[in-house]
Amino acid sequence: MAHKGNAKTKENGDAAAPKAGAESREHQAPPARLTGAEILWATLAGEGVTDVFGYPGGAILPAYDALRKFPIRHVLVRHEQGAAHMADGYARASGDVGVAIATSGPGATNLVTGIATAMLDSIPIVCITGNVSSKVLGTDAFQEVDITGITLPVTKHNFLVNKTEDLAHALRHAFQIARSGRPGPVLVDITKDAQQATAEFDFEAAKPKPYRPHPMLRVEESGLAAAADLIRDAKRPVILAGHGVMESGAMEQVRTLAERAQIPVGLTLLGIGGFPASHPLCLGMMGMHGEAWVNHAIQEADLLIACGMRFDDRVTGRLTEYAQKANKIHIEVDPAEINKNVKVDVALVGDLREVLEMLLPRIAGRDGAAWIKTIEASKGAVAVSDIKNLPDSGHLYAAHVMHDLWRMTGGDAIIVTDVGQHQMWEAQYYHHDHPRTLITSGGLGTMGYALPAAIGAKFACPEREVWVIAGDGGFQMTAAELATIVQEKLKINIAVINNGYLGMVRQWQEFFYERNYEATPLVSPDFVKLADAHGIPGRAVRERSEVEAAVKAARSAPGAYLLNFLVEKEDSVYPMIPAGSALHEMIRRPDRDPLEERADDK
Amino acid sequence: MLHTFVAYVEDKPGVLTRVASLFRRLNINIISLTVGRSEREGLSRMTIVCEASAEAGHRIRASLFKLENVVDVDDIAQAPSVTRELALIKVAATPQTRGRIFDLVEVFRARIVDLTSESLMIEMTGVESKIEGLIEVLREDEGRILEICRSGKMTMRRGHHVSSVERAMGVSSGEAEAAEEVPEDDVTTPIE
Repeated sequence: MAHKGNAKTKENGDAAAPKAGAESREHQAPPARLTGAEILWATLAGEGVTDVFGYPGGAILPAYDALRKFPIRHVLVRHEQGAAHMADGYARASGDVGVAIATSGPGATNLVTGIATAMLDSIPIVCITGNVSSKVLGTDAFQEVDITGITLPVTKHNFLVNKTEDLAHALRHAFQIARSGRPGPVLVDITKDAQQATAEFDFEAAKPKPYRPHPMLRVEESGLAAAADLIRDAKRPVILAGHGVMESGAMEQVRTLAERAQIPVGLTLLGIGGFPASHPLCLGMMGMHGEAWVNHAIQEADLLIACGMRFDDRVTGRLTEYAQKANKIHIEVDPAEINKNVKVDVALVGDLREVLEMLLPRIAGRDGAAWIKTIEASKGAVAVSDIKNLPDSGHLYAAHVMHDLWRMTGGDAIIVTDVGQHQMWEAQYYHHDHPRTLITSGGLGTMGYALPAAIGAKFACPEREVWVIAGDGGFQMTAAELATIVQEKLKINIAVINNGYLGMVRQWQEFFYERNYEATPLVSPDFVKLADAHGIPGRAVRERSEVEAAVKAARSAPGAYLLNFLVEKEDSVYPMIPAGSALHEMIRRPDRDPLEERADDK
Repeated sequence: MLHTFVAYVEDKPGVLTRVASLFRRLNINIISLTVGRSEREGLSRMTIVCEASAEAGHRIRASLFKLENVVDVDDIAQAPSVTRELALIKVAATPQTRGRIFDLVEVFRARIVDLTSESLMIEMTGVESKIEGLIEVLREDEGRILEICRSGKMTMRRGHHVSSVERAMGVSSGEAEAAEEVPEDDVTTPIE
């Protein structure tokens, strides 16, 4: 990880850093006696960490006191959930490990939602928490909480360190665990006395044992041959590309497989960016709000090649009717995912890139024209009546906003979405050609994710254009981080898709609860004024004709900018497969959509 | 169906919680779990018995391996193995009524390990059905059983299939299989 170069305040710190901290980055520090607090930062620096996101408090104060001696930038968040999401956004944008830090008790519990978000999406983050002194552990001391117990099911692993001499090893081990295999979050809880006491620090000696791959990884000759045969003989194959494509860095290999054997590619939500949306073989997103032709192709397929994805229920719909005509090849790094939801014919259990490298020499050119033509034909009517093609009659649809944002940013921005309708519209209408350009909470579906995660992404990629897209509901969950943006002087553009409802929940109420809009209408502050209170300029957008100028204003503003898009209130995301239905049982945009523009519209 | 796993885990605080928590998370009930030191330094050996669908074995084993402190996992499944359980049973017995219990203990190849004027304690090892057989017979007299403490199952595969065992014995896997023999104890178990 390169030093991000924006740690202005730390340049003096660099010079003043204790030898161990600065030199350990070169991994050649001589053993030295340091406090636990110093060991913490020296080890993080040694692991290549340049930025951490956190919030101080009593039990972590020794660590904060030692921070000034080390070349690490600390970003003060407004709520610890934000710290965890920032570390997560940082990790997703950079591919490196993100780091969050908090105090004991409420500081630690506030991290939990962010940790679970990272767990469900396999994101490598390390969370550091302080805890009360080891002498009072277990006595219900002030701000004591059993955070290793609480986070046990939502971390890959966690550590309670109550001896200074164990700290460096635990931290290095935590980084190894977070990065390796199927990545994920790791928490290191450090008692206050372990931060205060001293111990010999030797970065090299604290190195963990070599990583042991999961013993059930298995890529056999016979499996590769069987997969190659299935691919050769398939008439209607589809590649299902998931998050693993990015995690494994297998973009090139997936593309080679698709192009050589002429196989169309469907993407999971987290797989977006792993295969270019503009590629002729790219079908788009599959699943609950996937395009009709993708789901139809999957239901009609005679072969599915699942690459780094886990057949989540949002992707499969009703399992008993999922892709019944298809043989299935599953290439996956986590053996516990094999045959979990969907029974597969060939399982190649290993790192996706490595497996594809082994498989590709066995794949010959194939004529896929007939099948691709069939899928193309099935797009026909749907693509033409798509909402983005409707003439502008003054109404503002969220789909318009996504489409225009995509067009104006050249599809090149890092988009960080929240959770809900806008998230699905983003996935449908913003076409991502590059990996790590869509950052979104998939597995846990965490509202409030976007704003803090975007801050993390901006630290990871300061030179990139970063957009937050959030609904009016989710934005309010973590809107306090606007102040963090201001304090850190970040250029982040914010688009609030404001429909006055918790829109996705309203949509479910419309479809499945007889339009009983219980607790979904939502009163919000004037987001432009809210931004203004933070010193962030912004404007409201009510008509489609205003979108372009507004986006231009946001992009050209020197600092952060907020756009409040007041969109159609009762629009729904189509198509939709109701939970528990099969992939072909989708709800389409009604023919006589009450929202559809007509000649008599103004 | 019943699944039996043998896991070698690091002997550290909290490891038992991690293993137990995994089963809770998977919504699988643990029927019995025994832990103790193993032949490997710093590693404990667990025998975990649980009820889950036939297909669940693979996922449980794979998930156990994902726990950082779990070093080795064996899914015993239907493999030839020896399973034993230890039970301590305290029984109300006066000098007048002891005689019949002594006879039972003899028949079941159990042992008396404590004797007072009001009660005695029986120690018994064996397969589950044998222990249950003894308990059932003892229950025929109401109020006689005062306490029961059962260890849960301990399981070991027959033969020398574990690679570390083979290395320790200095034999190749072929020889190891040939050396497999049925222990006498199993043949003579009275109730099974």
